[in-house]
Amino acid sequence: MSILKAALPEKDIVTHVTKLDGKTPGGDLHDKWSKYKSEMKLVNPANKRKYNILVVGTGLAGGSASATLAELGYNVKTFCIQDTPRRAHSIAAQGGINAAKNYQNDGDSVQRLFMDTIKGGDYRAREANVYRLAEVSTNIIDQCVAQGVPFARDYGGLLTNRSFGGAQVSRTFYARGQTGQQLLLGAYSSMMRQVAKKQIELYTNKEMLDLIIIDGKARGIVVRDLKTGKIETHTGEAVVLCSGGYGNVFFLSTNGKNSNATAAWRCHKKGAFMANPCFTQIHPTCIPASGEYQSKLTLMSESLRNDGRVWVPKSEDDKRPSDEIPDSDRDYFLERMYPAYGNLVPRDVGSRAIKRVCDEGRGLGATGRAVYLDFASAIDRLGKKNISDKYGNLFDMYETITGESPYNMPMRIYPAIHYTMGGLWVDYDCMSNIPGLFVLGEANFSDHGANRLGASALMQGLADGYFVIPYTIGNYLANNSMDAVSDTAEEFKESVDEVKKKNDSLLKINGSSTVLELHRELGAVMWDLVGMARTKESLADALEKIPQIKDKFWNDLNLMGGGDNLNKSLENAARLADFLELGELMAMDAYDREESCGAHFREEYQTSEGEPLRNDEKFAYVSAWEYVPNSTSILHKEDLDYEFVEMTQRNYK
Amino acid sequence: MSKSINLKLQVWRQENEETSGDFHYYSMNEVPVDISFLEMLDILNENLTKEGVEPVSFDSDCREGICGTCGFVINGIAHGPQAKTTVCQLHMRHFNDGDTLVIEPFRATPFKIVRDLVVDRGSFDKIIQAGGYVSINTGNGPDANSILIGKDDAEEAFDSAACIGCGACVASCPNASAALFTSAKISHLLQLPQGKVEERARVKSMVDKMDEEGFGACSNHGECEAVCPKGISIKNIANMRRSLIKSIVK
Repeated sequence: MSILKAALPEKDIVTHVTKLDGKTPGGDLHDKWSKYKSEMKLVNPANKRKYNILVVGTGLAGGSASATLAELGYNVKTFCIQDTPRRAHSIAAQGGINAAKNYQNDGDSVQRLFMDTIKGGDYRAREANVYRLAEVSTNIIDQCVAQGVPFARDYGGLLTNRSFGGAQVSRTFYARGQTGQQLLLGAYSSMMRQVAKKQIELYTNKEMLDLIIIDGKARGIVVRDLKTGKIETHTGEAVVLCSGGYGNVFFLSTNGKNSNATAAWRCHKKGAFMANPCFTQIHPTCIPASGEYQSKLTLMSESLRNDGRVWVPKSEDDKRPSDEIPDSDRDYFLERMYPAYGNLVPRDVGSRAIKRVCDEGRGLGATGRAVYLDFASAIDRLGKKNISDKYGNLFDMYETITGESPYNMPMRIYPAIHYTMGGLWVDYDCMSNIPGLFVLGEANFSDHGANRLGASALMQGLADGYFVIPYTIGNYLANNSMDAVSDTAEEFKESVDEVKKKNDSLLKINGSSTVLELHRELGAVMWDLVGMARTKESLADALEKIPQIKDKFWNDLNLMGGGDNLNKSLENAARLADFLELGELMAMDAYDREESCGAHFREEYQTSEGEPLRNDEKFAYVSAWEYVPNSTSILHKEDLDYEFVEMTQRNYK
Repeated sequence: MSKSINLKLQVWRQENEETSGDFHYYSMNEVPVDISFLEMLDILNENLTKEGVEPVSFDSDCREGICGTCGFVINGIAHGPQAKTTVCQLHMRHFNDGDTLVIEPFRATPFKIVRDLVVDRGSFDKIIQAGGYVSINTGNGPDANSILIGKDDAEEAFDSAACIGCGACVASCPNASAALFTSAKISHLLQLPQGKVEERARVKSMVDKMDEEGFGACSNHGECEAVCPKGISIKNIANMRRSLIKSIVK
């Protein structure tokens, strides 16, 4: 530690004096969105068909936005990197979607969902956005049911709910352990209906590699056809980026192998601010890594914590098999530490508690990086049938991967990177600082603050796509008159050249390190130094190491094949090049934020009980980073003025 | 610590849709049995890259068995020997030391081979575009609890809706029929009151589209159900036929 300290570089962070404006409408919190909708400018139906809107990504945000904008009459062009839009990674979300329906009559309300989300995010989200999210949550469920999403039902035929972390009401709607799949297929089917009506032009196997700005506005994109390598251009009056999060910067995460930050990062390099990049969520219940060839981590839904109890042996010397350890020798540490919420504490709190007991030497197995999630008492209480109805597919999935049945022995779990709260900065309209570039879903930073509650990602993706963008994009288009642009414009030509040059340079390195090796190397640095717990020293260390990997990447990459056909190594290399730059910015952001909040845990800043210690006086802001070519990024700040909520220390005890 | 096995791989290599392909032979030594099949191919690709050979193209994304991206044929069986399992969830513990594994892409006229083991299943999108939806615009939905659906009906609809669109059913069918895929969507929707409204138009249009895209007819082989990683039942095909007859005989 002391050696590191001596070598600690002085990181100069250039902070911009002008404050960022989130353009939140005035008035009472409860009326802001209604007021916005009643005062915004409209595009009349006949004029909508004159606008081309480019939607990038077809997850919950992109799928729902494409369908809805097309229904309204806009010409939509939708792009995805997969062979069909139904494969976007939203499909893997398991547990559920929150909505303040209060069907359970247990005291839920829009206000309570809003408060839970703000508190869960540790007071680092924008009040007005979060309130709007809670407000439209109920419409989402109505919409999805109308589409035919087969949510879980009770015997009376009504919708049923489960509980999720960070809430004391049951407000999570679910479709077995495949809620994301069913919601995505709902959005996808609505999209396909519009494709059939020729209101959406669908472009599959296309990866966005650049954003085109003309006269200060987003007017087009450059994409690569992944099958032919052809670089193509598309023009439009607005670009809606729905390209997901950047968890794969850690290499091992629960994200899909193709999830990447490239589209967002290329927008960042064209001037879009990147906000709170250090806010990355660790999910407490994932299947632990088994060995060096591990290619990804698999999540076990948080909903399992409704009935599963998390424990480790009381003594670090206790190496007996789980069934030989009596209750008196077990430490149900979440129930002990947080009696009010027990096993249902928010994700960041749960993850850190698991890390703590493992750091104490009480972790399981050869790696010592696992704890039990035990269903024995739930099976005794409710019967095997009941548990199987609720979690059957999750239990099967666990058994497929590990070869052990959770009906007979407890699961082993450990935290893993799961979601990124940070993302491109957007205002209340979900528009970035580049006019005409809208960013939805996980790709933006807006609603989850420093920590996202379970079952809120699906809610946000669909809220943005179904119920926010259709209004705010109309307001933008109606307020901005634009000349037609052609893709023969100089801006397009320059960008196409640039994109081609970059791919060519990757293919020409002829070194000896593979993309996979370099990505693993970056991932190890990110997890060890910018992971679940960070310190000034670890971050300074990361800021030294990441550029070294970047150098190695650009000088020693071994990349086979060419650029004019399907070449997955080339795709992955280009994405890794962007991850390397983003990783550095994440470390920089975490370095700047000298406080702990939500998932951002700086070891220097904690309460005597090991909980994150915020510093509202100095850090109640959104950090929004501006890219500066060949120099240090500039930090812009958006102050978080809490008008309606009192910022308090989170307490789940 | 963990056991390992040696394997011989026979892998289909094909540059693109236009060119013809052939099998290439690779030896894999000391493959840990705890890793997944795709992780085994990751290792193969690392080795090939180091040897200066272009890696084998194969598709995968979630590696959790839900996105439907991965899929190829192992020793004649789509997604390999393990029932109800996508290749990404297939683990090497199910193979024996010394096994020869023949790996080839899903073969069917409507699935064009993009490269090696990668095929394009965009034709499935066309079938869904022909009616695999409820015609409702955003914001039009009534309160969710105003539509009552019995628990069993909801469960059955879910079972049909669980299809991941991987294409294994088509690849295993001697006729390359998409009947299981198409019927799964049709039955999902017809088992729900929301989807019932458009039942007749939907079934006609989707079945026509299936033919138009070049998928063959269903002749009840049942191979589709046997390889389906999600256990989608051929009961769905019966539902589809019943519905189709109803739509014709009014």
